[in-house]
Amino acid sequence: MAEQSRQHAASNVSLAQRAWNIRRKALLMGEVQGQGYIGQALGVADVLAASYFHALSYRPEDPEWEGRDRFYLSIGHYAIALYAVLMEAGILPENELETYGMDDSRMPMSGMASYTPGMEITGGSLGQGLGIAVGAALGLKRKKNPAFVYNLMSDGELGEGSTWEAVMSGVQHRLNNLICLVDFNNQQADGPTRNALAQGQEEAKWAAFGWHAQRVDGNDLAAVVAAFDAARTTDHPGPRVIIFDTRMCKGVDFLESREITHFVRVEADEWAKALARLEEGKPQ
Amino acid sequence: MTLASMTRKYEPRQVQLGPDGQRVATTAMIASLAAEGYDTVTAPFGHALVAAAQTDDRIVGLTADLSKYTDLHIFAQAMPDRFYQMGMAEQVLISAAAGLAREGFNPFATTYAVFASRRAYDFIAMAIAEENLPVKIICALPGLTTGYGPSHQATEDLAIFRGLPNMTIIDPCDACDILGMVPQIAAHQGPVYSRLPRGKVPSVLTRHKPDYQFQLGKAQIILEGKDALIIATGFMTMRALDAAVKLEADGVSAAVLHVPTIKPLDTETILAEARKGGRLVVTAENHTVVGGLGEAVARTLLTEDVTPKFRMIGLPDAFLEAGALPTLHEMYGLTVNQVAARIKAWL
Repeated sequence: MAEQSRQHAASNVSLAQRAWNIRRKALLMGEVQGQGYIGQALGVADVLAASYFHALSYRPEDPEWEGRDRFYLSIGHYAIALYAVLMEAGILPENELETYGMDDSRMPMSGMASYTPGMEITGGSLGQGLGIAVGAALGLKRKKNPAFVYNLMSDGELGEGSTWEAVMSGVQHRLNNLICLVDFNNQQADGPTRNALAQGQEEAKWAAFGWHAQRVDGNDLAAVVAAFDAARTTDHPGPRVIIFDTRMCKGVDFLESREITHFVRVEADEWAKALARLEEGKPQ
Repeated sequence: MTLASMTRKYEPRQVQLGPDGQRVATTAMIASLAAEGYDTVTAPFGHALVAAAQTDDRIVGLTADLSKYTDLHIFAQAMPDRFYQMGMAEQVLISAAAGLAREGFNPFATTYAVFASRRAYDFIAMAIAEENLPVKIICALPGLTTGYGPSHQATEDLAIFRGLPNMTIIDPCDACDILGMVPQIAAHQGPVYSRLPRGKVPSVLTRHKPDYQFQLGKAQIILEGKDALIIATGFMTMRALDAAVKLEADGVSAAVLHVPTIKPLDTETILAEARKGGRLVVTAENHTVVGGLGEAVARTLLTEDVTPKFRMIGLPDAFLEAGALPTLHEMYGLTVNQVAARIKAWL
């Protein structure tokens, strides 16, 4: 049975529609800038839809509401994706979309906590979010606050030693209020992640460290939702991780097939084409 | 294989003998400046933190496996439910402190100065300083207070942290400074880095100036003098004071201006004292001459057109040797006799 947070129970907008809206907003922002980490945004849109419209509790008009589930974007360069879902959720106003990446914008290219409501940490350096999330989870327990802390990170960040310090720490302190989401798209700056640092058996690794671990297709909304439910309701006495296998540029086929997708090259005339392709796949 | 650029110290060396003809043993990690003729206070930081925590329930303490060696064990024993052991993991120590601060707590995180300034730097910069979070990073083994070698000698930490915006930096001289500093930094709404002595810590400043009290952000004259102005910080203020007393006996009058807060620097007091004409100005620090108190003072004076005769005492731009601490202090010119002699020579 779906264990979505009460906040979302009454919505009549499907998660598929939410994910599509997120993809569309991300493409519009990319078009504004002429470039961006659009591949990542398209890939992680389903995970973000499930986060903000199924799992998380929050108040759009009060992004610092003490009762909220915290959501940390450890991957600062995925800011374009987070802005899309923050607008979809009503935390950021839609009319600011055109300011993405501009001077005096509240939406800089790399996520910065001091610029943007709903951007809880500054993740530009990578590999830092999970450690900060450990501290936040400790703090929430001290305050007897039942909220969760979610940390969205990437497969690239699994290379940083700081990630594994936090992995061990989460188990040491029995942080059952900590949920790590790994966007595993197998791409990083210099190419496929598997060509960089040995990464196999990811689910088994985290489980061996003591986490409740799941691995699912990150672009299959039903699987994503089920994984969130399991992560939130398990009685495992420690932290939870969900590894999401996602496809870069998901939703725009001619971008999906590009060889280099980490900072995918989109020509000026291709943004409109991408939006048109996405439109063709609009949920009914 | 020894590369051409690497140094090797394999040649047998003359064994050092102390004044009693005995071999001087290498004092390893447990370095103490207590044997310098002053009364001591045991673990002032730990005790001061417990006192502060009794009235501020947001204070929590964290360490990366060094509570015993940073005097945090006092706090851990007194308030175990407010203490977090993070293991030998400085990056999560700092990151978790940031997360706790984000949730409204007042975290004091401890490790050695070398580890905070080197392996945890990006986390201090990005998770704490850039967000101006009120995390207090309290570190043992400042500068040359151990003979353990460069891995533990924090010779450039002040230079590193001076470059970081929003960071308050304190290099306390003694137990008086530490006891006064802790409640003031606990109340400070921003990040703080302090490098301090642990264990049996001398009480120095009130011996020379009985009404001395630490004031965050303020430099204070401890001794007046008309021939030289020694601008000092950390344990070099203790050496400066003892050198001034020695110089007095030789008819040289040296003032000592103690500057425990390195950042923000009390430029007003430094300029006012340096403008009092006719004095040699000497800075003294337990830190490399690169990027620390000396260069900060030089920049302050020169940009305000204040140009006395100016000299610096500090550690060289080099990785320091391992060995007995008294020998190393002699080697690098930090002893009372050497401070006094150099000032006389410069005058």
